[in-house]
Amino acid sequence: MQSSSSRLLLCSSKPNSLFGSAVTPTLPSSLRFPPLSLTIPNSTSSSIRLRSLRSSEMASQDQDPRIARISSAIRVIPDFPKPGIMFQDITTLLLDTKAFKDTIDLFVERYRDQNISVVAGVEARGFIFGPPIALAIGAKFVPMRKPKKLPGEVISEEYSLEYGTDKIEMHVGAVQPGERALVIDDLIATGGTLCAAIKLLERVEVTVVECACVIELPELKGRERLGDRSLFVLVEAEGA
Amino acid sequence: MSAYTHQDPRLHGIKTKIRVVPNFPKSGIMFQDITTLLLDPKAFKDTIDLFVERYKGKNISVVAGIEARGFIFGPPIALAIGAKFVPLRKPKKLPGKVISQEYILEYGRDCLEMHVGAVETGDRAIVVDDLIATGGTLCAAMDLLERVGAEVVECACVIELPELKGRERLNGKPLYVLVEYFEI
Repeated sequence: MQSSSSRLLLCSSKPNSLFGSAVTPTLPSSLRFPPLSLTIPNSTSSSIRLRSLRSSEMASQDQDPRIARISSAIRVIPDFPKPGIMFQDITTLLLDTKAFKDTIDLFVERYRDQNISVVAGVEARGFIFGPPIALAIGAKFVPMRKPKKLPGEVISEEYSLEYGTDKIEMHVGAVQPGERALVIDDLIATGGTLCAAIKLLERVEVTVVECACVIELPELKGRERLGDRSLFVLVEAEGA
Repeated sequence: MSAYTHQDPRLHGIKTKIRVVPNFPKSGIMFQDITTLLLDPKAFKDTIDLFVERYKGKNISVVAGIEARGFIFGPPIALAIGAKFVPLRKPKKLPGKVISQEYILEYGRDCLEMHVGAVETGDRAIVVDDLIATGGTLCAAMDLLERVGAEVVECACVIELPELKGRERLNGKPLYVLVEYFEI
């Protein structure tokens, strides 16, 4: 596993050291794990708001001790898929049975008591993290796929890429109005795919409670693209 | 063998949740859609439990899942039995060094890739996919694992289409499925 000096370990100012670091990196207030705060409504789903992760009223907490191992287990591949991109490879995380289990546990602990009935996972790496979370919290798993992969009736949402557009699809009838959903992917970069996934769910009147990713590339401002929708991540990294 | 022959009471619930979509992706094909199974938390959990009960305690160190629907079933099994999850992917998706195995389709060829170093000599592996049809993809998956010195203990699928004779194509490698679908 590479020790990447370009990766921020949840905002530690020291380079990420795989070996011998006795210091636990600390989190900025924006990334400590706040409890999900629900305003308990009697009204419909659209009025439910979670306290934003950026709220400065968050109580300070130490970083969960499982995070360091998770972060170290992620491999960075330079110049993939093209020059200048530092690709965050989660496959090495999946080879570390403890770190993979811890990853899932961190999400499950956050969501298990939140009445989530839908976990939507974005093809293909969202298919790896979404189902274990769904199974543990008793929710449905709904795959969000590239065009023409899902059989039967679908709804589609187009979104912009750096050059051109792409499309994401979901089955008609997979979700019902009023359901509470999470959207899962391995990583958020610009936020384009996640936004499209959120739109698909909101078009059928599902409440997207939060987006959850293992990794965020903050420089690409995906969090801003999600607007006032909540985003929860375990690790931050530099994209290039 | 299939679990269905032993008629575990959970199997009926699983089988009825699989949706058949006619004429997808092309005319004449009755597509076995597992997404409806995933919408039923109990049936999805039962599916995983049936595999976990079979493989737990058998020293399986690798669960290899075939893109993309094998990514849905493989990881929960891997997590429950304490094995690594290794994704087997279409070309150019995995970053870094890979090994490739080509296989024949009805028309043309395709290719499956695995990361170098993900699997080691002596690893005991199962290969997971949602369905076995002709067995071409599963064969390519087994080849990849065996080329790096792993032992493929069994292939595991939710659904088998026995009329397509995929089981025979596996060259004696055991195959375990939960449900069989016959067109006739």
